[in-house]
Amino acid sequence: MKTKTFKGGVHAPDNKHWTKDKPIEVLPLPRKAVIPLQQHTGAACEPLVREGDTVVVGQKIGDSKSFISAPVHASIGGKVTAIQPLPHPVLPDAAPAVVIETEEPSSAQGSLPPQGDWSPSAGVRLQKDWQRLAAQEIKALIREAGIVGLGGAAFPTHVKLSPPGEKKIDTLIVNGVECEPYLTNDHRLMLEQGPQILEGTRILLKVLGISRAFIGIEANKPDALRYLGQLTDSLDAGIEVAALKVKYPQGAEKQLIKALLKREVPSGGLPFDVGVVVQNVGTALAVYEAVVLGKPLIERVLTVSGDGIREPKNLKVRLGTSFAQVLEACGGSSADGEVKVIMGGPMMGISQYSLEVPVIKGTSGILVFRQARQERETPCIKCGRCVEVCPMLLMPNRITDYAEKDNFALCDSYGVRDCFECGACAYVCDAKRPMVHWIKYAKWNLARKK
Amino acid sequence: METRFVVSASPHIRDLENSRKVMWWVVLALAPAAVASIYIFGWRSLLMMAVSVLACALTEAASQKLFHREITAFDGSAVVTGLLLAFTMPASSPIWMVLVGAAVAIFLVKQLFGGLGYNIFNPALAARAVLLSSWPVSMTAWSQPVASWVKVDLVTAASPLGLMKEAARAGTGFQAPDLSSLLLGTVPGSLGETCKVALLAGAALLLAKRIIDWRLPAIFIGALAALSLALGRNPLFEILSGGVILGAFFMATDMVTSPTTKNGRLIFGAGCGLLTGLIRAYGGFPEGVCYAILFMNCLTPLIEQYVRPRRFGARAQKAARGVKKEVVR
Repeated sequence: MKTKTFKGGVHAPDNKHWTKDKPIEVLPLPRKAVIPLQQHTGAACEPLVREGDTVVVGQKIGDSKSFISAPVHASIGGKVTAIQPLPHPVLPDAAPAVVIETEEPSSAQGSLPPQGDWSPSAGVRLQKDWQRLAAQEIKALIREAGIVGLGGAAFPTHVKLSPPGEKKIDTLIVNGVECEPYLTNDHRLMLEQGPQILEGTRILLKVLGISRAFIGIEANKPDALRYLGQLTDSLDAGIEVAALKVKYPQGAEKQLIKALLKREVPSGGLPFDVGVVVQNVGTALAVYEAVVLGKPLIERVLTVSGDGIREPKNLKVRLGTSFAQVLEACGGSSADGEVKVIMGGPMMGISQYSLEVPVIKGTSGILVFRQARQERETPCIKCGRCVEVCPMLLMPNRITDYAEKDNFALCDSYGVRDCFECGACAYVCDAKRPMVHWIKYAKWNLARKK
Repeated sequence: METRFVVSASPHIRDLENSRKVMWWVVLALAPAAVASIYIFGWRSLLMMAVSVLACALTEAASQKLFHREITAFDGSAVVTGLLLAFTMPASSPIWMVLVGAAVAIFLVKQLFGGLGYNIFNPALAARAVLLSSWPVSMTAWSQPVASWVKVDLVTAASPLGLMKEAARAGTGFQAPDLSSLLLGTVPGSLGETCKVALLAGAALLLAKRIIDWRLPAIFIGALAALSLALGRNPLFEILSGGVILGAFFMATDMVTSPTTKNGRLIFGAGCGLLTGLIRAYGGFPEGVCYAILFMNCLTPLIEQYVRPRRFGARAQKAARGVKKEVVR
């Protein structure tokens, strides 16, 4: 099969072999769930419960009036024991979270259905015929279920499904590229829940009122390509499976659109601007579960991997479960002394300072590395490798040079705002300069000045 | 032991390559030509290279000590400079001249400008230029290839390019050496530049490791060939004589002193090729590679300033803006 791609990018060892053949396991429910009120890009939620309240699983416990926001739900049943700022895996400071605790997991969760098979016990409907629903109704269900992009950026899905009136959308891309090394959660979902993902895709097509979708998958997942290819062939729903070249960051929205459709999202623009909506495969599955099964987003699949973990796994985890409990289920960390624990992939993930942080909607993986420290930085030798690999065709060498000298206006004129921090430049840097660090620093300063 | 968490910005994995390794790869790539030079010019050549490398490393250490910088004399970059410096000198040069060259290259051209990564000129070439203008006679007293290794007896002679220049001045005919001696390097010339086969083998390594960008040497050589044709000179002879191969693959491609963008490299390489041809044809010197590259080194900051990649989405952005303007009208 001919594979498509974009200009630039890097070939990092993908290390997916550790978990790609391991079926998704279900993690036992936690006794305590910490549900941050902000788990997405956009406005934080206001709590809808108070300390001491009893909540049932799937109950909405936080919501916001802002358009760019998504509600949060109780992922376990129990008692609200605190609403207070707690460590968050993404935000730099402690952020308000609802803490739900239960004495006896088995009995308190007694009303809970078996995993993965949602039932009306928590006040939700049974299988629904989505074909009869109007686009607006479906969109409302998606919002109510708290669905956000599950690829990692956690942008509210209903917003991504609401193009401004003047933008004509003609294509949906379902992103199954999973270009981050180590992560295999999307891969496993495609293999284990292919039909549901396709149904979610059809629901998304209906919401957008279009009839063309691509499912983009990197060529290193031939089994998923084959399986979804067979399913789409028999479906005849305008959904096409496309193989993409194995290259990081192939799964980045703009690069994926460029590869599949040869369209270039304008600088500072969104996929809407070129008539495209991109959704992750996990998101498509969550849409299916929300619309057809009435299930809110209270759990997700993530990959636990890295050389510092005893048993790498793909796990289905309730949101709010602590990283510590997830790692324990994987045999714990085999590293002594210094370790690096990352939420997400190794290229764009966020390093953690505590294992008490909860799994949130955007937690696509937890990686533990023994080799915690980077090689020491040496002076830039102008090798130009960062320029060669930048998928946004920027000059990371110049941008970081100017950032280092606090000349943010020049960073701006060299296009630092176009950078989405994929880290390809830092990955190849011969001098081991912390490129992304400087880029974040420049962006932060530019934002502060405004 | 207590677990401690290391926190840093992403990415959390890095390529295994680093500057130090790159430098040692370049040293390895220069090795075939170094060995060939010993074969061609005798043991004297080995002495020159050893002294040059050692002197460069020591100068680096001494200057870094003087400037209170971290001592990185053995990160490979001084070794590369040392080898390249020796490569550009006649095998019969006096040893003290090598020492002067090393001091100029490392102290004046590299460390005074800020050390690794900050120099404007290629240190080895700039040092050669200084030596050439200070001691033009010894620096152009090219050694003949030795007849026997045992009896080290270096006889000097004019290089093929020198002969051609002389012939042009005198208006007499010029018989270029045959292709095989040009390729194998059994012609008079500077120590490391003559054996093209060995140089190309090393260049192949750098190209395969993607340490150098093929565009730069390609357009360097291409531009020189085109100009030679235009001027009615023999392009094959132009390419295979003098320092073109050494310069195009090992000196013009010096990362620090050449542009980082693809188009910048094309401009840089084309400039090197054209200037080499022009100096050879119309200049006072028979050879022009060194000055051509040094001149283009000067232009590198300017090229970097004006030649930037077309940013992703930039064209689309312009188109969108155009549409908006029309709507406003």
